[in-house]
Amino acid sequence: MYNDKVMDHFMNPRNVGVIENPSGVGEVGNVSCGDIMKIYLLIDDNDVIVDIKFKTFGCGSAIASSSIATVMIKGKTVSEALKLTNKDVLDELGGLPAVKIHCSVLAEQALKAAVLDYANKTGKHYPELDGFEPDDGHDDHGLVQIEF
Amino acid sequence: MKRIYLDYSATTPVKKEILEEMLPYFTEKFGNPSSIHKFGRDAKAKVNEAREKVAKLIGANVNEIYFTAGGTESDNWALKATAYDMRNRNKKNHIITSKIEHHAILHTCEVLEKDGFEVTYLDVDKYGSINLEDLKNSIKENTFMISIMFVNNEIGTIQPVKEIGKIAKENGILFHTDAVQAVGNVHIDVNDLNIDMLSMSSHKIYGPKGVGALFVRKGTRITPFIHGGAQEKQRRAGTENVPSIIGFGKAAEIALENLDMHIDKLTYLREKLKDGIMNNVSHVIYNGHPEKRHPGNVNLCFQFIEGEAMLLSLDIVGVAASSGSACTSGSLDPSHVLMALGLGHEYTNGSLRLTVGDFTTEEDIDYVLEKMPVIIDRLRQMSPLYEQIEGGNN
Ligand SMILES: Cc1ncc(COP(=O)(O)O)c(C=O)c1O
Repeated sequence: MYNDKVMDHFMNPRNVGVIENPSGVGEVGNVSCGDIMKIYLLIDDNDVIVDIKFKTFGCGSAIASSSIATVMIKGKTVSEALKLTNKDVLDELGGLPAVKIHCSVLAEQALKAAVLDYANKTGKHYPELDGFEPDDGHDDHGLVQIEF
Repeated sequence: MKRIYLDYSATTPVKKEILEEMLPYFTEKFGNPSSIHKFGRDAKAKVNEAREKVAKLIGANVNEIYFTAGGTESDNWALKATAYDMRNRNKKNHIITSKIEHHAILHTCEVLEKDGFEVTYLDVDKYGSINLEDLKNSIKENTFMISIMFVNNEIGTIQPVKEIGKIAKENGILFHTDAVQAVGNVHIDVNDLNIDMLSMSSHKIYGPKGVGALFVRKGTRITPFIHGGAQEKQRRAGTENVPSIIGFGKAAEIALENLDMHIDKLTYLREKLKDGIMNNVSHVIYNGHPEKRHPGNVNLCFQFIEGEAMLLSLDIVGVAASSGSACTSGSLDPSHVLMALGLGHEYTNGSLRLTVGDFTTEEDIDYVLEKMPVIIDRLRQMSPLYEQIEGGNN
């Protein structure tokens, strides 16, 4: 069902945890959607994301995409990081089964939410965030259930 | 790696002695049961032998068993054929069922509703049992059928089938039960229980997949659903799936012989598995009825973690299980059964079903009990929901 890279990031997720005194924190998703991701950012004076940690409640794809996204984000400037899209995460993972793609949108959203928190605290403005509203980022992928 | 299969409610392996019984009927004994010659006669005799064995397992008469392509077809047939016949002949158009039926019943009822039939979906209590007063109160002039499953496939709850049968009989209403999970796992006597129609499936009792049967009480009308030749007393057309029917018959025979032993063994393993988890993991609930349940079914909801992540983690250590979480169902909704129990998303997301069977050993359970707490803890340590509960002790 999942490729080796996805399984590796599910079993050995990178950057799990929390950051004490973070520069920004973002949480997206909700229990009724079945996945929640929380991102902690540590941003230095040059606007570089020097550390990132996450916690995710969700399925294998949600955990794996959270993990790989943090790897991609770490070391980038905030503006660079905000260019990260759901598709980049998917490509880096080597793809997910079609029904699971919605589980990979969390990271993009959670990062934006964390940067928004940082921007609100510091009074900075990131044009990439214009029009962004933290939400669960879900759409129905209404498939028929198979039951045993 | 050792593989431990704890998904016997999804399907079972075919037992060797069952496969051996089937094999000659693919090759040297390949006859069509409708043929006059020896090849045909041999096949026909053997199909009828299988019919007797299936009948015996549920206390029915051999003439009351019709072979089908499985539980789903049996459910569709019982409901649809009866519905149209009742509407045409008696102007009756109301069915009573429950909210926790298998989709083979629920989706069939939805189709019937679109075609003008009325369906009442009974609620269940926190154990997954229907309320008999609710059932009585929902009976109307135009009710022709009560269809309530015998044993639920997810949470294992056994319904008060005898009482339902009594109510149906007193009111002159047909009683159909989806007994796919019950057959071979609980004692069934269709006469004692006043059952008019009963659906069963071979692959849940160590027989092959794609074959099942519908019991139809003598004197109960059933019009054909699959049209064509005169097989199955003109009720179910199509050349019989001879090897599979023979396998199903053998499976029924073995199930009956071993029934008490099977129930005792599974119940013991189930309790050990359930107690082992409940005593070693926090924030977990046990779903279904504590006693009136499938002997092999353990259904749990773990808070703060998601079912698919549990299934993957278990699979990695060689354990096969299933879940009713939204992310495993392929749809956005968690299992309708768990929702009908009144459980919130914080529970339904973390659903896990473990079902033991005839090849499960005590060592298998020990292994699972050793791995489970570690898996649960790893996922919880990653969960932002658990962080809140634990007050952020990382
Ligand atoms: C309660 C119940 N009804 C019906 C079915 C469908 O049976 P089959 O797989 O033989 O079509 C199943 C099995 O998945 C079941 O558990």
